[in-house]
Amino acid sequence: MPRVTFREQRCKGCELCVSVCPQGIIEILDERLNSMGYYPVGVKEENMDKCTACAMCAKMCPDCVITVEK
Amino acid sequence: MSIVFQKPDGLIDVPTGYCPGCTHGITHRLVAEVLDEMGITGKTIGIASVGCSVLAYNYFSCDMIQAPHGRAPAVATGVKRVLPENFVFTYQGDGDLAAIGTNETIHSGTRGENITIIFINNAVYGMTGGQMAPTSLPNQVTQTSPYGRDVKTAGYPIRICEMMATLDGVAYAERTAIDGVAGVNKTKKAIRKAFETQKAGLGLSIIEVLSTCPTNWGLSPIDSIKGVKEKMVPYYPLGVYKNKGEK
Amino acid sequence: MAEKVLMKGNEAVAEAAIRSGCRHYFGYPITPQTEVAAYMAKVMPKIGGVFLQAESEIAAINMVLGASSAGARAMTSSSSPGISLKCETISYIAASDLPCVILNVQRGGPGLGGIQPSQADYWQATKAPGHGDFHLIVLAPSSVQEMVDLCMDAFDLSDLYRIPALILADGLLGQMMEPVVFKQRKKISLPEKKWATNGHNNKREHNIINSLYLTPEILEKTVLERFKRYDIINEKEVRFEETNTNDAEIIVVAYGACVRIVNSAVKMAREKGIKAGIIRPITLWPFPNKIIEKRAKTAKAFLTTEMSMGQMVDDVRLAVNGEKPVHFYGRTGGVIPTPIEILEQIEKIIGGLR
Repeated sequence: MPRVTFREQRCKGCELCVSVCPQGIIEILDERLNSMGYYPVGVKEENMDKCTACAMCAKMCPDCVITVEK
Repeated sequence: MSIVFQKPDGLIDVPTGYCPGCTHGITHRLVAEVLDEMGITGKTIGIASVGCSVLAYNYFSCDMIQAPHGRAPAVATGVKRVLPENFVFTYQGDGDLAAIGTNETIHSGTRGENITIIFINNAVYGMTGGQMAPTSLPNQVTQTSPYGRDVKTAGYPIRICEMMATLDGVAYAERTAIDGVAGVNKTKKAIRKAFETQKAGLGLSIIEVLSTCPTNWGLSPIDSIKGVKEKMVPYYPLGVYKNKGEK
Repeated sequence: MAEKVLMKGNEAVAEAAIRSGCRHYFGYPITPQTEVAAYMAKVMPKIGGVFLQAESEIAAINMVLGASSAGARAMTSSSSPGISLKCETISYIAASDLPCVILNVQRGGPGLGGIQPSQADYWQATKAPGHGDFHLIVLAPSSVQEMVDLCMDAFDLSDLYRIPALILADGLLGQMMEPVVFKQRKKISLPEKKWATNGHNNKREHNIINSLYLTPEILEKTVLERFKRYDIINEKEVRFEETNTNDAEIIVVAYGACVRIVNSAVKMAREKGIKAGIIRPITLWPFPNKIIEKRAKTAKAFLTTEMSMGQMVDDVRLAVNGEKPVHFYGRTGGVIPTPIEILEQIEKIIGGLR
């Protein structure tokens, strides 16, 4: 099953990935701050099955936060 | 499970100092991906210029030189003339390449140096706090054009790709935009083409990447990407302006 | 016995660079040193070296930065206004601990000035070759032979200490023709350039050539470490030449082409019974303070003679430290003083002492 993994501590909350995900499954995670002071994004486990590993999120991410596996 | 996408080895695993949503991060990664895919990261020397990307020497894993403002193409020339079998690229912003460094940009093209110039055009001086750039658009509000760029007194934006294409020594010139995932993909292809041009020894390759500056444009990262598409692309048309490799 | 060849200063220094293993020269035409570039243009292609006429003096020095970063012996040459253009990048080169050789064939200034010789760039070379706390090794030839010898020394010293070297010549030395010998030199042991950015080939950590240190404490540390090397150079690399100073009442301090005129003046003075001597600094940085300090105890007065409004005289005064009077005589704008003028100054000073 395709899976995306986010390195929360590297995310700057820019939401570019959110804007390009065709499944719309990326979101700010419960408004929790990371160590850099940003609100990181991620995909809730219950939505992971919608991921197609298109990697558009990872391509749009300026900070190499996302790893995509299939 | 196999990896479909991960951080390339050509980038050092450190957080960058770039603002959230700054497209420098994307283009850095694309350059690193191309170097890795071509297997040339170990043979490459990158020249960081002065601007937001001055710390690029901390982000790229190839050998790096930090050059004076605008002079990266001259520094790159020095390196390439000593190491013609290695790969040399510069990574420059719009002030570095199109203001103080225009002469070095042009003459590296005149001479047809076998180097690759990655030109990040976001129409503003980011590092110093958002002043007008030579590529700022007419009526664009910046710190040094607070009433909007008045072409009567501040002149017109400069179109680098078009100008460089007129030089016989320029072998490949393309303008792309980070205006969405498709733009990211096209930019990577263009960067690959540039390094292939260098590999073939055809002359200078320059890729102008229309980019964002959310902080100094006063827009969110998402709106900045829209801004590239809606405001910048009409003034700076995308496409290949020179392709010597094309028969 | 090596062959003696009659050569013009500018061409001799170029040939010396080539014999030092320099295969990368970047230059720009400017009188009175254009012959350096012309010579390099003719010879470099024949020996597989690189001659590049850059678009400006700024571009040329940046090409030197790049070539040096890649591990090569690189050189540029210019004259006064062109050296001014190079200053920013000279600061970067020094701050990046890169070796290289820069030649300044001085001309009349300031501004566009003239094309005749001068020594008015002494301050620029020794005090402020660029912004920030740093020094260049500054060598002052006074003959075409020294243009050769000191050029070859410049490459060695620069590589040894990782500090840029500047050869401070002038239009007289650049244009004059004298016989030179390219001697066989003792090869000095130089460290491998492990710091060079020449592609890591995945066999080592990536090298960075950089001068940016945003944390003040770290920047201070790098500067202090560099100054430790300057201290070593101050201990080991000072060079000067003394003539007749043991019993001298008046010591003339001069360098470069000017000292040749002083030689004649001092000879004439001695013939008139005046006990005159000469101290000729060969390294302008590090400056030969100790010898001047020593002679200040026995001499009665100093006369500094320069082709400028007086720049090295400041350093002479500092070294004499108030022990004895330090006088100055100079001509500027490209005017070359004559031995008679200098003799008159010597006589005036001696007369004043009696």
